[in-house]
Amino acid sequence: MSIITLLSQAATPTKPIDGVALAVVIAIFVLVTVLGFLSARWRTTPAERGMRSLDQWGLGGRGFGNWITWFLLGGDLYTAYTFIAVPAAIWSTGAVSGFFAVPYTVVLYPIVFVLMARLWSVSHRHGFVTPADFVGGRYGSKALTTAIAITGIVATMPYIALQLVGLKSVLTVLGLGSGTNAFLADLPLIIAFVILAAYTYTAGLRAPASIAVVKDLLIYIAVVVAIVYLPAHFGGWGGIFDAATTKMATINPATKTAVGAIIPGATSFNAYWTLALGSAMALFMYPHSITGVLATKSRNTIRRNAVVLPLYSLMLGFLALLGYVAIKAGTMPVGLDGKINPQLVVPQLFLDNFPSWFAGIALAAIAVGALVPAAIMSIAASNLFTRNIYRDLIKPGATPAQEARVSKITSLVVKFGALLFVLVMDQSAAINMQLLGGIWILQTFPSIVAGLYTRWFHRWALLAGWAAGILYGTWAAYNVVNPATNAHFGGSIAVIPFTNIPVYIAITAFVINAVVSVVLTLIFKAAKVRNGIDRTTASDYGADENDPTVATLEEEVSWVDPEPDRRAV
Amino acid sequence: MLPYLISGILIAVGIIFPLIVPIYARTNPTLGGIPFFYWYQMLWVFIDAGLLWIVYAIIRREDDRRRAAVARPIVSDSAAGAEADK
Repeated sequence: MSIITLLSQAATPTKPIDGVALAVVIAIFVLVTVLGFLSARWRTTPAERGMRSLDQWGLGGRGFGNWITWFLLGGDLYTAYTFIAVPAAIWSTGAVSGFFAVPYTVVLYPIVFVLMARLWSVSHRHGFVTPADFVGGRYGSKALTTAIAITGIVATMPYIALQLVGLKSVLTVLGLGSGTNAFLADLPLIIAFVILAAYTYTAGLRAPASIAVVKDLLIYIAVVVAIVYLPAHFGGWGGIFDAATTKMATINPATKTAVGAIIPGATSFNAYWTLALGSAMALFMYPHSITGVLATKSRNTIRRNAVVLPLYSLMLGFLALLGYVAIKAGTMPVGLDGKINPQLVVPQLFLDNFPSWFAGIALAAIAVGALVPAAIMSIAASNLFTRNIYRDLIKPGATPAQEARVSKITSLVVKFGALLFVLVMDQSAAINMQLLGGIWILQTFPSIVAGLYTRWFHRWALLAGWAAGILYGTWAAYNVVNPATNAHFGGSIAVIPFTNIPVYIAITAFVINAVVSVVLTLIFKAAKVRNGIDRTTASDYGADENDPTVATLEEEVSWVDPEPDRRAV
Repeated sequence: MLPYLISGILIAVGIIFPLIVPIYARTNPTLGGIPFFYWYQMLWVFIDAGLLWIVYAIIRREDDRRRAAVARPIVSDSAAGAEADK
């Protein structure tokens, strides 16, 4: 294990390295690396080797069944940053800013159940790879497609950067990632990301799919053991909540109010439920979620998964409560610079209270949990770029092999962009951008979701609504000032204009977006503005895996009817 | 229409009830020392899974019935799909 000695040079003397825990983390990291590269040959015929189409590289051959999808989406949606940030928020300010993640990931699944089977069907029929592909097919508007694609890419980039933040906090707790030499300090992070980029390039979506199985099993083991052992060890939940209540009642010197609350007060009810609902509506507008859906084998795979995926939400709930356990346990999440960093609280809790080898497993689970979504997100962002910018705007006749090549290279660019983001800029920049990303991505909801059910909306109205939502959301988020630091983008809650009701900004922006879309649709229709060609038909939205795709249908009928398809206006 | 109506109601229940904060923003009754606020929301993980399981069974039967009801010459698949969409 000479690599340990190499890595240990990157450590400071203030934070001793736990050799056993580090060895376990490295061993698991090597295991998933091997698995990642081997995935290139997983469930492929010899003809498919080399990943020469986006269906193969970017969607894993569109053949994932119930089990793989469960692990893949579990690894995709419940990211390492979630595991780090949710307990951190609970630990520092209590329920409102953290525990909303539980109702968020509960109401998520009825929404997914309703919407995603239709998106799967129409995408299967037309070979759509991205949400913007669908919007393009439905509305026939390059401007709208590009807007959806760019929103997706811009919202995804900081999300990838945050996975690095999650990975970094694990490395920090292990004692890595600081020291006098700036390059050596970030070396472990860079190594991890270069390896991730290499196997994602080689194996595409199959790599995170196979790694997700390992990661999810590890994280379940870690959380179950922690939740059985720790509360009993610290005298039961009653004592834990008493300790948390005491901490939350202390007065914050900057704001002159209590630091937090165990049970939210009436003034934050609206913030709480709008955060949960807005986040749930936004999550499956993110390109990486849709990539996971389109990689499934049949129309009902995603519906069956909506029934069993909530198990992850239960785990997230318990993980969130570990934030309170850490208060009772007196965990001190001190960073390498000697300052308190709440994001270190869960890794530190494991390291303080478990044998080194088990803490190593838990920390490795979180670290690998950063790699899986980072891989899927970079694939999703690359697919958006390739299909909706390269193919739609630059090179319309691109072959599947060219698309795959462009996407692979883009995935490298995207990952190194995210790495630079974290290395060069302040961590809070990534957090602010991700906060904005959540507001922005929800503004694609009307175009995508309304399009699944109706062609009533006018394409220019949807574009105007999108722009209005983005503008309001950005402006409102900018005006949220952190009371302690006076910095802008201090949070995602603001009052509804002309009222004093604080809600999640994304929801207000979404309502503005929807109203603009409806009003302008009425106006444009009255003015008889041309409304683009709809390439989809009603039957596409109910198609299943054995129904013919449009590509095969067109081959079959081309000798009968050479006229191009112009069904709807 | 009835199967879709029932499914719609069950899905609405699964979305609305976990979001009505006033009914669960309280400490009592606690469960094993955990305040109501927390265990109520985690309980909905199971309730939503159960609701969706029922909805899945209903929708699956209805889709199969509609597909089987449609005659199957030439464009049968798309017609079945169109029918299933109504």
